[in-house]
Amino acid sequence: MKAGIVVFPGTNRERDMAIALKAVTGHAPKILWHRDTELPELDLVVLPGGFSYGDYLRCGAMAAHSPIMREIRAFAEKGGHILGVCNGFQILTETGLLPGALLRNAGLRFLSQDCHLRVENSETPFTRRWKKGDVFRTPLAHGDGNYVADAETLKTLQGENRVAFRYAAPNGKMDAADRDSNPNGSLDAIAGILSANSRICGMMPHPEDLVDPLMGGEDGKPLFESLVEALVR
Amino acid sequence: MSSKQKAVNADLAREFGLSAEEYDRVLAIMGRTPSLTELGVFSVMWSEHCSYKSSRKWLRTLPTTAPWVIHGPGENAGVVDIGQGLAAIFKMESHNHPSFIEPYQGAATGVGGILRDVFTMGARPVANLNALRFGSPETPRTRQIVDGVVRGIGGYGNCVGVPTVGGEVNFHPAYDGNPLVNAMTVGVARQDKIFLSAAAGIGNPVVYVGSKTGRDGIHGATMSSAEFDENALAKRPTVQVGDPFVEKLLIEACLELMATDAIVAIQDMGAAGLTSSSVEMAGKGGVGIDLDLDAVPQREPNMTAYEMMLSESQERMLIVIKPERTEVARAIFEKWELDFAVIGHLTDTGNIVVRHKGQVEADIPLDPLAEQAPIYDRPTAPLPAPEPVGDIHDPLGLEQTLIRLVGCPDVASRAWIWNQYDSTVGGQTVRRPGGADAAIVKVEDTSIGLALTTDCTPRYCRANPKKGGAQAVAEAWRNITATGARPLAVTDNLNFGNPEKPEIMAQFVGAIEGIGEACRALDFPIVSGNVSLYNETRNPDGTTSAILPTPALGGLGVLDDVTKNVGLGMPENGTLILVGETKGHLGQSLWLREILGRETGDAPDVDLAAERRNGDFVREQITSGVVKACHDVSDGGILIAAAEMVMATGNGCELEPPQSGMRPEAFWFGEDQGRYLVAVEGDGKTFLAAAEKAGVPARVAAAIGGDCLVLPSGARVSAARLNVAHAAFFPALMDR
Repeated sequence: MKAGIVVFPGTNRERDMAIALKAVTGHAPKILWHRDTELPELDLVVLPGGFSYGDYLRCGAMAAHSPIMREIRAFAEKGGHILGVCNGFQILTETGLLPGALLRNAGLRFLSQDCHLRVENSETPFTRRWKKGDVFRTPLAHGDGNYVADAETLKTLQGENRVAFRYAAPNGKMDAADRDSNPNGSLDAIAGILSANSRICGMMPHPEDLVDPLMGGEDGKPLFESLVEALVR
Repeated sequence: MSSKQKAVNADLAREFGLSAEEYDRVLAIMGRTPSLTELGVFSVMWSEHCSYKSSRKWLRTLPTTAPWVIHGPGENAGVVDIGQGLAAIFKMESHNHPSFIEPYQGAATGVGGILRDVFTMGARPVANLNALRFGSPETPRTRQIVDGVVRGIGGYGNCVGVPTVGGEVNFHPAYDGNPLVNAMTVGVARQDKIFLSAAAGIGNPVVYVGSKTGRDGIHGATMSSAEFDENALAKRPTVQVGDPFVEKLLIEACLELMATDAIVAIQDMGAAGLTSSSVEMAGKGGVGIDLDLDAVPQREPNMTAYEMMLSESQERMLIVIKPERTEVARAIFEKWELDFAVIGHLTDTGNIVVRHKGQVEADIPLDPLAEQAPIYDRPTAPLPAPEPVGDIHDPLGLEQTLIRLVGCPDVASRAWIWNQYDSTVGGQTVRRPGGADAAIVKVEDTSIGLALTTDCTPRYCRANPKKGGAQAVAEAWRNITATGARPLAVTDNLNFGNPEKPEIMAQFVGAIEGIGEACRALDFPIVSGNVSLYNETRNPDGTTSAILPTPALGGLGVLDDVTKNVGLGMPENGTLILVGETKGHLGQSLWLREILGRETGDAPDVDLAAERRNGDFVREQITSGVVKACHDVSDGGILIAAAEMVMATGNGCELEPPQSGMRPEAFWFGEDQGRYLVAVEGDGKTFLAAAEKAGVPARVAAAIGGDCLVLPSGARVSAARLNVAHAAFFPALMDR
């Protein structure tokens, strides 16, 4: 699997992502620069976490207009696989590659803690190593992770099985109104969504930070193993 | 000379913080009346903040060397050998005064400043910590300050992508008008790629990189060298504004430049900005420096030389560069969209010469500016003897006391704070806040782990500065030891009141003596630090209130094999052993303050030989693999330490009765030093035998199991109940 990680000014989780990808593929991913005007041959593009352009204006808004995003749009149109985590998810919604938006957390404070995610669709390149309903632990770290979408979009996402992950209690119980399990107040407790062709996934939490028992567990690893299984030809 | 703005005379010098005697010295050095810019340069370089004029005599007595110390105090940060050709570079620094005036920006720029001190030496920052002291929770402004400081630390650290992995927080009315915000950064560099600040090479260009210069923070260093009065909040314009996004770009650009061979010397522009960076770089290198202020990137029009030299705008660095590499360097900074300007060059004059709009605005000989800087041997008064402890009784009983103490402000869960700091970015955080006595961060692509902690017990320091100073060192050493790491070195952040008062100076000297003694006994040298004096607030009635003496220490240790670390969470089974001697010292204990409402008695003794013997033994046992968890016994004594282990995992234990011949509250809540609770497998007999052989006191404290802390009376306090009491304080204070 040939993966590339895009670095924007202010990106800060590219190393975490590179470590996670290397742990499952055995080799280091390519690092791409936001001003690049062409992409190398890749199976997967990752937009990692951070504060691109300082989150000034709106999270992800300025990065969405970087030169490389034109290439990434073309990559998506050709059916390429894209993973956007945290700020990467925000950039994907700003570019329109994924629907909805991420607002300030419901409590209006930055949140850095473990959360639990329930796998809602296990038939995607990002989730195939899980079973539907599986619950896994993952860190989250963001100030703007409160997912919102209009009623029609939400209906589409639900109807087309495009919610990849929901925030849930450790036992799998989902309650969007419960701030303990859905800490940022996301609509319908949505933590991650998919494009119509299931090849683009955006999510707020950081599975890349939980791929090593030394750091507290490997709960995030199946996501990367899923991608390897799906994309290694 | 053009300095039309204000007449320079002794009155203006006093306004700038220079005494009459100091101003006379300026006149003697210059041989004429200085220009406004020159007076500004003298006043900031000779401010307490930059010159350490009250503390230098005593700082020299601290031990600063060891075979593993690569650079001690005198550089931007301390540098120690952590093996495999790598060095840890670290320092702690205060941003107290700005954080009271403008909590968010004060704390944020404190983090930004300490980050620059570390990456300017070539290190990638890998961890941030902090040590915070706030006023009484009952004081209305405390809530606002806590909110702003925590948001500011998070806002800056989260954005630059350096994990905030640890810290400490105390509340006390003595900090009502003067909170303390001490920020620590730890970075890692290759030992053969460490960058220093001494300028060299006559004619070499002097380059300015980073943000543009504005009018913020002018005379910040002078403000930090005076007491607060009732008009303190009007000083808001002297507080700088941080931009962590630019800092992140600056880190990446500097590290990219450092991978080339372009840099001769580099220093960040911290307190006193362009003045202190240029003066210190040239002074250390024994060269002169010419600056052309017309070339300085400016944020605002019509800035004067005085304003530019004194500005404390953030996210700026000064670099002496190899001339043939200037364009390589420029390309790197342009790639990162940062300002890059050649603003001067090194000379052989031995003077700093500042030009602006065709005029010489300053021309000062550097040697006398540094060498004739004032240094004071301030008088001390005898310290008052500690008050007697007074009558001891137990009004609540063990169970109620336990619940009260786990929920009191100085023990309550800090999760409300930690959860606003990104502690995992970088993917190397092995033990997050609350997971172990020290945070553990792995050094990427190696087997090495760094153990990091900040410590100080101000109530001990007030009762007995010397014991308090020694205790702070011992606790940092102990917290590192309790993870299995080998303590290497320490950075100190000495926060005190007005040193011109003999009783405050005595606190300072006492604390230094205690720190020095403990550092020597534990082979734990001071490699960097910062002094913050004048932490006092003038009351409306004319009196002043000083903070508790607070020598905060930031300790660093190393694990050669990071997988051999232990946390503090109680395992599911085994035996809990108490290591170290319990004498039942209740003076200045948390129990005495929280339960009987008294801050009386002497601080506990710090037996450094026992500390070392006990700690070396515990570390050896952890390294050998028989220890499943370890927690030092500190605030609140044995019972609180056990409760903290239980709360961390939800696993319980059944406590043995206290030592005979001792009051139960003295046994459970006494704060004797040099003690650990160690969880081992099985019945612990092997461990006890090894302890006896090593001459280390040890006894079984509890049988591990279940989900309750079971008191000797048989009362069962569930982990869940403890956690509810533990978690309530911060949300109740902050989210109401």
